[in-house]
Amino acid sequence: MTTAIETSALVKHFGTTRAVDGIDLRIERGAVYGLLGPNGAGKTTTIRVLSTLLRPDSGVARVLGHDVAKEPSKVRARVSLTGQFASVDEDLTGHENLVLVSRLFGHTWKASATRANELLESFDLTEAAQKQVRTYSGGMRRRLDVAASLVVTPEVLFLDEPTTGLDPRSRNQVWDIVRSIAAGGTTVLLTTQYLEEADRLADRLAVIDHGRLIAEGTSRELKSSVGSNTLHIRLDETASISQAEQILTEVLGAGVHPGSDAGTLTARIDGNERVPAALAALAAAGIAVAELTLGQPSLDDVFFALTGQARENVGEEARA
Amino acid sequence: MSMLATTPRPPAASAWAATITLGWRAMLKIKHVPFQLFDVTAFPLMMTLMFTYLFGGALAGSVKTYVQFLIPGIVVQTIVFITVYTGVGLNADISKGLFDRFRSVPIWQPAPIFGALLGDVFRYSLAATMVITLGLIMGFRPAAGVVGVVLAIALIIVFAISLSWMWIIVGMLVKSPESVMTSSFLLLFPLTMGSNIFVDPKTMPSVLQKVVAVNPVTHLANASRGLMHGEAAGASVMWVLVASAVITAVFAPIAMMMYHKER
Repeated sequence: MTTAIETSALVKHFGTTRAVDGIDLRIERGAVYGLLGPNGAGKTTTIRVLSTLLRPDSGVARVLGHDVAKEPSKVRARVSLTGQFASVDEDLTGHENLVLVSRLFGHTWKASATRANELLESFDLTEAAQKQVRTYSGGMRRRLDVAASLVVTPEVLFLDEPTTGLDPRSRNQVWDIVRSIAAGGTTVLLTTQYLEEADRLADRLAVIDHGRLIAEGTSRELKSSVGSNTLHIRLDETASISQAEQILTEVLGAGVHPGSDAGTLTARIDGNERVPAALAALAAAGIAVAELTLGQPSLDDVFFALTGQARENVGEEARA
Repeated sequence: MSMLATTPRPPAASAWAATITLGWRAMLKIKHVPFQLFDVTAFPLMMTLMFTYLFGGALAGSVKTYVQFLIPGIVVQTIVFITVYTGVGLNADISKGLFDRFRSVPIWQPAPIFGALLGDVFRYSLAATMVITLGLIMGFRPAAGVVGVVLAIALIIVFAISLSWMWIIVGMLVKSPESVMTSSFLLLFPLTMGSNIFVDPKTMPSVLQKVVAVNPVTHLANASRGLMHGEAAGASVMWVLVASAVITAVFAPIAMMMYHKER
């Protein structure tokens, strides 16, 4: 059997909010799979259902061949979850936290202590081993949390927003960790709000919004639907936005849309050659540009490309 | 890179092993955060000193006589007060996401609850020892000796565990550990003050006397005095055991049902 995770028409609602609204996924064994989406899209709910913490309202979810609703303990025995908030005991030391989880997985006290030391060493936490977790930095907590998920090697590892709130250095460390876990053969399902992260880590991605899957594929496939580069412009005066949009559309071709902030525009471009001409055209029309950035497409750009409209700002959210 | 385990996966932890491990965790928390024990025991200790030296002579003729009366009751008050930490701890574990980890691990699912209660037994014993030690310094001389004191503490712990089930429910219902704390005092203050812990209820208004007479804490204080001083306490002990059984029979199933329900 080569499928690690399979869902069909999966639905989970909280009150009237359909947090997961009919998601079909098929994730191969050994893959690193990314669930990409904004806050409140249903990523966390999906992961909580797959890790048996929530019961689906309808539809089927199978992890390693076991139905999560019917055989939750069989699933639990073979997977690990690293939740969105570092689920470690702040009052205990790093070493004690790992011994605790290791004992719960069935190791003897002695084997637990050995495994804790091994993990602390490979996660670069040996120096802080005897310190209370409340003194740890965000990156250290996150590493300890991931380490706790690896006391026995899971066949599937769920990582819910593993790098949210981390500084760039810690983020890179976590990325390296995820890569080595995957290299060991563990299937990794991670959620992220960052296109860059999904791009760097995941073999395949699913983009979800409002509980629905809106695109699925490799990161290359998704990016080619977005365009290789983007131009972000912030105008001095918000009033001239529609005129600027018109001018940019003429010079650059299709794919100009208002950004998420007022007075900003985002354009999809295949190369940078036309950018000076576009700026000249704006200057000729008397429109002053306050800020200009050329870069990779953002999550907003992906959403625009996939749905044809700028993503609405999701205010209320059901279980981020 | 030894990030991934090189040893084979062990067989799943037994219910007993998981409970013991989680009880061990509760004890580590006392070691690392001893303050959680002191901030609740400080109040009863202060009451002990205050009542004994300020009112003891007036209430019982002499300080020495009053200490004999008060200490067995103060042990009751102290332990009944710290039962709330069962709910506070559970609430903190849920809100911090630690329970997600416990629930996603292949263990006997109620182990986190029973582990916490196991840690509580240790905590209650520690608090009782503190109060008794202070009492001995102040001249408390239990006539039934070590055996009587140990029996009394055991009975108080049985009652305290039954109360803990209520705090487990509160801990799952309210939003923050602070609200568990606040709501608890609404129950614990009337429960401990409206008893015969501090004074003989003979001089109270007759309505209040009736309330005091049915308060399980009154019976617990009577039982505690009887056991520590070697006096007849059979009826009170029975009363307390029945009350504990009833409280547990009502609240434990509700607590477990709520616990099993997904959050």
